[in-house]
Amino acid sequence: MASVVLESVRKVYAGGVEAVKGISLTIPDGNFTVLLGPSGCGKSTLLRMIAGLEEISGGTVSIGGRTVNDVEPSERDIAMVFQNYALYPHMSVYDNMAYGLRNRGTPKDEIARRVADAARLLAIEPYLKRKPRALSGGQRQRVAMGRAIVREPAAFLFDEPLSNLDAKLRVQMRLEIRKLHNRLKATSIFVTHDQVEAMTLADQVVVMNGGRIEQVGTPLDIYRAPSSKFVATFIGSPAMNLVSGTVVSSDEVALADGSRLRFDAAIYAPGKGAKVEVGLRPEEAKVESAPGPQLPKLLCDVTEELGATRLLHGTLAGEAFVLALPSDAADPGRTIPVSASPANVHLFDVESGRSLRRSADV
Amino acid sequence: MVERETLLGRVVPHVVLLVGVCIVAFPVYLALLASTYDAATVQNGQMSLLPGSQMLENYERIIFSGARATTREPVGTMLLNSFLMALIIALGKIAISLISAYAIVFFRFPFRMAAFWLIFVTLMLPVEVRIYPTYKIVADLGLLDTYTGLTLPLIASATATLLFRQFFMTVPEELVEASKIDGAGPVRFFKDTLLPLSITTMAALFVIQFIYGWNQYLWPLLITTRDNMQTIVIGIKKMIVTQDALTEWQLAMATAVLALLPPVLVVVLMQKLFVKGLVETEK
Repeated sequence: MASVVLESVRKVYAGGVEAVKGISLTIPDGNFTVLLGPSGCGKSTLLRMIAGLEEISGGTVSIGGRTVNDVEPSERDIAMVFQNYALYPHMSVYDNMAYGLRNRGTPKDEIARRVADAARLLAIEPYLKRKPRALSGGQRQRVAMGRAIVREPAAFLFDEPLSNLDAKLRVQMRLEIRKLHNRLKATSIFVTHDQVEAMTLADQVVVMNGGRIEQVGTPLDIYRAPSSKFVATFIGSPAMNLVSGTVVSSDEVALADGSRLRFDAAIYAPGKGAKVEVGLRPEEAKVESAPGPQLPKLLCDVTEELGATRLLHGTLAGEAFVLALPSDAADPGRTIPVSASPANVHLFDVESGRSLRRSADV
Repeated sequence: MVERETLLGRVVPHVVLLVGVCIVAFPVYLALLASTYDAATVQNGQMSLLPGSQMLENYERIIFSGARATTREPVGTMLLNSFLMALIIALGKIAISLISAYAIVFFRFPFRMAAFWLIFVTLMLPVEVRIYPTYKIVADLGLLDTYTGLTLPLIASATATLLFRQFFMTVPEELVEASKIDGAGPVRFFKDTLLPLSITTMAALFVIQFIYGWNQYLWPLLITTRDNMQTIVIGIKKMIVTQDALTEWQLAMATAVLALLPPVLVVVLMQKLFVKGLVETEK
């Protein structure tokens, strides 16, 4: 077990494309960190640099206090689980798991013991003699994890390991990965573009965009206090609503149609008259029973029924807006007066997209 | 099924196929027949469509003592020569193509693409085109009438290199990376992962190249002069063209039948792997 420390790590490809633009990050010992971001944000490149599969153009990567920039992947004391499993098709499950240990010269009985332990842990004991092609997707995924576990590495690296599985299996494997982590307590770095995976698995979420880190924090921090418009709209489903407004007092913002929303002056201190973007999550917007003169009104035109919730799509102050209601709520009609608790109203700078929180360096 | 299940739909394809088989098989049958008669019967065209009585004698004579007038060596020797030549060529081609394709696909070095294109261009230069310089080199090296001279110039193979290259390019990048993390260097990756995955491709190539080597005519004709180095294809030719003696057709035909056997055996024995190697893409 070990911590992984990145110091202004950069990746510039031949041809000048800068995929990773100086990332500093500490992953404490035993921590499960998820690198989250849209495709092309550099998260996989970053993981591959930690693994040693991609050369590091600048900065340093250290694992367990040892700088590994020039260390071979096999010497870095890491194990990686790939998106398409990357099992050796001609080797049995046992050999797949044992191969790395054999190459390191681990004694035979030690290999047998470790493989047996991992197989028991992952419930793949009945398949040890089979070839990967005779296994289902979920079983292959387990073998791939088994191959990582038997190495007893300082850090596990996961490169979108669940994206090849069907939806049901993905939920199940997600849970198993988390359980496994709770048992092994190994430092893990997990790359995904799926916010649900990030929220459920992570101790620490790193939201990346365009080769940079947007925000680092616990899943709840990131959900409750997004540091930028990008994070706010990337996390949460459906995405956070953004409506432009103008600050009219120390705790009120006016929208384009003259309606008002209150925000928490203890959290935000924008200058009066400042143009801001007001963020409000669909599930945190409330329906008022009676229209008030200053309440924003949602003009609803489409309703989506999702079973547990109902999404009301429409426009609010001239901008697209979504409201999530429990399915059993009464039909609020077409014109819906909306309010929100001040603590749930987020303010973002129009130009930079950064949050206008008092401690904006979150 | 393309056609509907009618009587006509069942009969016509079979008739067409049977006619095709007859056209292909009849000359072979004729050769087999001719090898069972004595020289006079064949020469006079009095052969019936049923086998004659001389089969054992003809084959025994040809395998162990040969047609003395023309080839002066038993066909057994020629079979061995042909077999060795075909085997060395096939194995040599596979070995050298595997290694060069491995270099081209998995390593980044200066002039990699130039090397690839050079190999590609040699497809346009078969043995016949470069035969004079090749002969000169082999002769200067003192390799005339040796197995080395017989096989070495035919071993370099652009076709096989290209085939392996195509196959290697379908091997997922993650497999290479997983090997790296598992501590397998280039040699281990080649031996432990790439070779086992290429077995069917190698088998397919072996069949094709073995037959290619077996059927070589021009090169062995030039490079071998000693009787005990001649290949069976040359032997057959020598038996047929004679100056002042009667062509011993029954012996020539027996030799032809014998010459047919090893390639047929190779195809039959390796058919399963061969077909797999040409169609399979499982990885």
